[in-house]
Amino acid sequence: MQEKVKDGPSSEFQVVGTRPVRPDGADKVTGRAKFGADFSLPGQLVGKVLRSPHPHARIKSIDASAALKLPGVKAVVCRDDFLEQSSEFIPAGEMMINYRDVVRNVMAREKALYEGHAVAAVAATSAVIAKEALNLIKVDYEVLPHVIDVVEAMQPGAPLLHEDMFTAGVEPAPRAPSNVAKRLEIGHGDMAAGFKQADVVVERAFTTKPVHQGYIEPHACIASVSEDGQADVWVSTQGHWVVRAHCARLLGWDIGKVRVTAAEIGGGFGGKTVVYLEPIALALSKKARRPVKMVMTREEVFKASGPTSGAHVRVKIGAKKDGRIVAAEAELKYQAGAFAGSPVQPGAMCAYAPYDIENVKVVGYDVVTNRPKVAAYRAPGGPISEFAVESVIDEIAGRIGMDPIELRLKNAAKQGTKAAYGPKFGPIGMVETLEAAKAHAHWRTPLGKHQGRGVASGFWFNIGGETSVSLSLNEDGTLSLTAGTPDIGGLRASLCMMAAEELGVPLDKIRVQIGDTGQLGYNFLTGGSRSTFSSGMATVEAARDVMKEACKRASKLWELPEDAVEYSNGGVRPAGPNAGKHAPMTLKEIAGIAGKTGGPIVGYARINAAGAAPSLATHIADVEVDPETGKVSVIRYTAIQDAGRAIHPSYVEGQYQGGVAQGIGWALNEEYIYGDDGKLQNPGFLDYRVPVASDLPMIDTVIVEVPNPRHPYGVRGVGETPIVPPMAAIANAVADATGVRFTDLPMSPPRVLKALDEARAKGTAKL
Amino acid sequence: MAKHHITATVNGDPVEFLCEPQETLLDALRDQLHLTGTKEGCSTGDCGACSVTVDDRLVCSCLMLGVEADGKSISTIEGMAQGDELHPLQQKFLEHAALQCGICTPGFLVAAKALLDKKPDPTETEVRYWLAGNLCRCTGYDKIVRAVLDAAAELRGA
Amino acid sequence: MRYEAPSSLEQAVGLLAAATGDARVLAGGTDLLVQMRTDILNPELVVDIKHIPELREVKEEAGGFRIGAAVTGAELKEHPRLKSVWPGIVEAANLIGSTQIQGRATMGGNLCNGSPAADSVPALIAAGAKASVVGSHGRREIAVEDVMLAPRKLALAKGEIIASFLLPAKVKGSADAYLRFIPRTEMDIAVVGCGIALTVDANGTVSRARVALGAVAARPLLVEEAARALIGSKLEDAALNKLDAAAGAACRPIDDKRGTKEYRIKVAGVLARRAAAIAYERARKA
Repeated sequence: MQEKVKDGPSSEFQVVGTRPVRPDGADKVTGRAKFGADFSLPGQLVGKVLRSPHPHARIKSIDASAALKLPGVKAVVCRDDFLEQSSEFIPAGEMMINYRDVVRNVMAREKALYEGHAVAAVAATSAVIAKEALNLIKVDYEVLPHVIDVVEAMQPGAPLLHEDMFTAGVEPAPRAPSNVAKRLEIGHGDMAAGFKQADVVVERAFTTKPVHQGYIEPHACIASVSEDGQADVWVSTQGHWVVRAHCARLLGWDIGKVRVTAAEIGGGFGGKTVVYLEPIALALSKKARRPVKMVMTREEVFKASGPTSGAHVRVKIGAKKDGRIVAAEAELKYQAGAFAGSPVQPGAMCAYAPYDIENVKVVGYDVVTNRPKVAAYRAPGGPISEFAVESVIDEIAGRIGMDPIELRLKNAAKQGTKAAYGPKFGPIGMVETLEAAKAHAHWRTPLGKHQGRGVASGFWFNIGGETSVSLSLNEDGTLSLTAGTPDIGGLRASLCMMAAEELGVPLDKIRVQIGDTGQLGYNFLTGGSRSTFSSGMATVEAARDVMKEACKRASKLWELPEDAVEYSNGGVRPAGPNAGKHAPMTLKEIAGIAGKTGGPIVGYARINAAGAAPSLATHIADVEVDPETGKVSVIRYTAIQDAGRAIHPSYVEGQYQGGVAQGIGWALNEEYIYGDDGKLQNPGFLDYRVPVASDLPMIDTVIVEVPNPRHPYGVRGVGETPIVPPMAAIANAVADATGVRFTDLPMSPPRVLKALDEARAKGTAKL
Repeated sequence: MAKHHITATVNGDPVEFLCEPQETLLDALRDQLHLTGTKEGCSTGDCGACSVTVDDRLVCSCLMLGVEADGKSISTIEGMAQGDELHPLQQKFLEHAALQCGICTPGFLVAAKALLDKKPDPTETEVRYWLAGNLCRCTGYDKIVRAVLDAAAELRGA
Repeated sequence: MRYEAPSSLEQAVGLLAAATGDARVLAGGTDLLVQMRTDILNPELVVDIKHIPELREVKEEAGGFRIGAAVTGAELKEHPRLKSVWPGIVEAANLIGSTQIQGRATMGGNLCNGSPAADSVPALIAAGAKASVVGSHGRREIAVEDVMLAPRKLALAKGEIIASFLLPAKVKGSADAYLRFIPRTEMDIAVVGCGIALTVDANGTVSRARVALGAVAARPLLVEEAARALIGSKLEDAALNKLDAAAGAACRPIDDKRGTKEYRIKVAGVLARRAAAIAYERARKA
């Protein structure tokens, strides 16, 4: 099954750059792979959550006595079962969360802050009984006025979600509370002087709607707590060490008492970086003394797990006639949902990151509203601000009559450019992706009737972080690799490939698993496009550890100094003046002598992976617009992105294609729709319209490789950048086709038709 | 209300199970028969992760009652490989990297097999429309469609 | 909940008539099970009608077709003759949901679910289909446009079920078409639906027409003014403009998550034009 197809651009390698079948593949095509809801334990109970029907209400009392009397009900938990937390911000992916808010989001305390907010939970012997028990819990609500829109929430007099929220980052500190959690500002230069030099200034306001990650697997876990307080959780998560930390904290338990095993995960995209069910299942299991399994319905996923922010964005860019951008500013208002912590910070940081601009200023506001707390979603914050910026850049190119790729090339950030958010870039691939776009046949192919073409670029930082990996050399020379970042899109394949490349052993001699929290040191989660980068770096280090140890063992046997033995071609041999004195030994032979030369050989890496490098992309989209219905169809798409180096090109392409598909959904049809009652009207895949197979064309990809010098194989994270350019690429294509600039997402048919009709009335439409 | 005693054939094997009248076929497969390869993504027929065939007809098992399965022949993902041999669709999904997280994969494979059983030489457009009821959030469908077309060609002996 | 799967219409009607609580008919179940799962419905009795032979057959009758109410969309598509005679109906039934849904969903269920946006209903209305309704007092035939009164409200008495639909005999030079508008290419509920059946004479003039609209009012509409716009025409621009205006004028839509009033009115006219053109082309070849 481990067929190698050598077509990768990295021909200096044996394994890296090839396209082998993934090691977890057979399990996933046969139904054997166990996802979050596929685990069961003897005696397990069913846990279900009672959720607030109101978008904003004070919880005066909760009476579960009738529910507890129902036969089959084994436990009920509510706010009293979780510890109050002090205010403390901790990283979650690229976002920050506050434990004081986490405990309140897991289970409402003083108030229910959005429709679907958890208020109580039961564990019962069947789903039917659990549901009946929920109906028996009496919650006395004092219904309060709610606020859904981000701009309304910022107005004085708007309903206040948190009476103790005073805007941070404002001098002097405000005396009155508000829904604005934070104001931030980044940038450099002199804005007034910059705009004074401009020949063309374009200023536009944009809006985007909250969109959900839309993973196909709902949140699911099973928890089991023994009488002595030892707890186990099996869960679909992007980071089981993070789940462990959050659960222990919220319940006041020792971290060491909790073991978390990551199930196969059915998509996350950032949405499974936080806890929802896990602390509840543990609390129920502790009370019931039985395992408790909890699975969200799709409706719960939409109503109570994190979408990303909806936002209002204003962008103003000034450029010279030759295309040089001389000043750029932006104002971002991101709604965070019920608790502070929208991705406005990363949104502000990457707004202008692809460009080298002398005068730049971005102001951001983090605003709470009566909606579910946002969670990370693929490049959190970036797609929103960059949609606005890339749209205005396109308009500037139009105004000065310059090719939009040329205009971007003229301003592209390069190695040494000082980013608006502070640091100087190392080698980055902005210019390379633009050159590849310019050279691509797609860019020159003629368009048909009612069609338009757009281009847009995108940036994402990528992160590293705490990572542990172990690699055991087994008695027969095979290897067992254990990593701790959940594999969502082919990680295990990439790790095996890097280990095989280092060790010079066939790929099928290495079996890789994602270990539980008891098997390795701390691992930060799979997020920030860090897993191939960080666990890959750790895997290489662990492999080198095994190689070094193999040399040491041979040196003992051969009675040579350690440095007189070298590792080569999957084995060891005497080196230097001793070369040829002993026959080389294979790794298998080394494994055979491990016992008598010092015991088991295990490579281990425990690192804080540094040197993560940004990945830049340029996308080209062709659309066709139905002039009578306003329906936009994407008819051709090309995604070009710098991967640093593609370990397994198929899964790199897959990241590009998947990000594009999500971006197309965001651009055209996906949105959270609220009624005046503050309730979500489309909590299902029927009316939350993610792209289906017939909506999309094939998505062409070009992998550009500008290696990251700080990774042993040159890897950059690739997972997040692909969702950044599509919204602007499509809006720019629609503008090309229609002559109408769309600034509000989604560009759904009713909106497009209305704008077209208005433009036709004014004589500005092209169709 | 008493449970119903259901007799059916699943992946060629005779099975019996007890089920509540309101229980879906999906619940019965997963909870009674422990065939957890069939996934629940929405329970409303919108995602296709629970696709199975009933008397060779492709359906969402979340939109059928378990009691309706009495006397029927059901095929799930667990019955697709023959012994050690993966079905060509399964093999092509692996070769084309047509899955990332893999949660939608069983539903796609069952649905794609139902297509190829009926129409051995589908066009790309026919594949896309046939599979429109199967949501994938990871791949953008590109590699899935290619894998299905490639498997169709192999099955035709092309 | 009690589940019954009677093998005759009489038994089914008897069970439904005798029910004391909420009783529901289960055909394809693609709406019923969703409503049960999301707690919109909590029936005491579910009567599965798929074991009643008459409800599962398509047969030719009186020069037309009698289609059992529990025949699935997929089965309609596989019928050897139906698609060539009533392509619009078969297409409409096969627009209901995904391939998986088409394996279960029926036209009887699509109508009795009581949604103004049901895809097969405007096509049936345009075709002049009659519903054969059976209850404890016997059988009656009513025009499909008279079955649904308002959302979730049908002109059926307690215990009555729709057994079949009768499509009239085919007249030479006749054809039908159904189009709907959805934001995606598949999987959505119609924002607007339009079914048109028409007959053309030897020189290409429309002699008879029926135009029906879905999702633009509290119930599917038969729009006679729109039909009049077509009759006597060869689908010249003037006729199409009249059709467009008449279709729009008949709409009494709502603003909702799927579309605005204004949008539905505009698109109703657009779809009517497009459906008329398809039906006309088909009729000239028929």
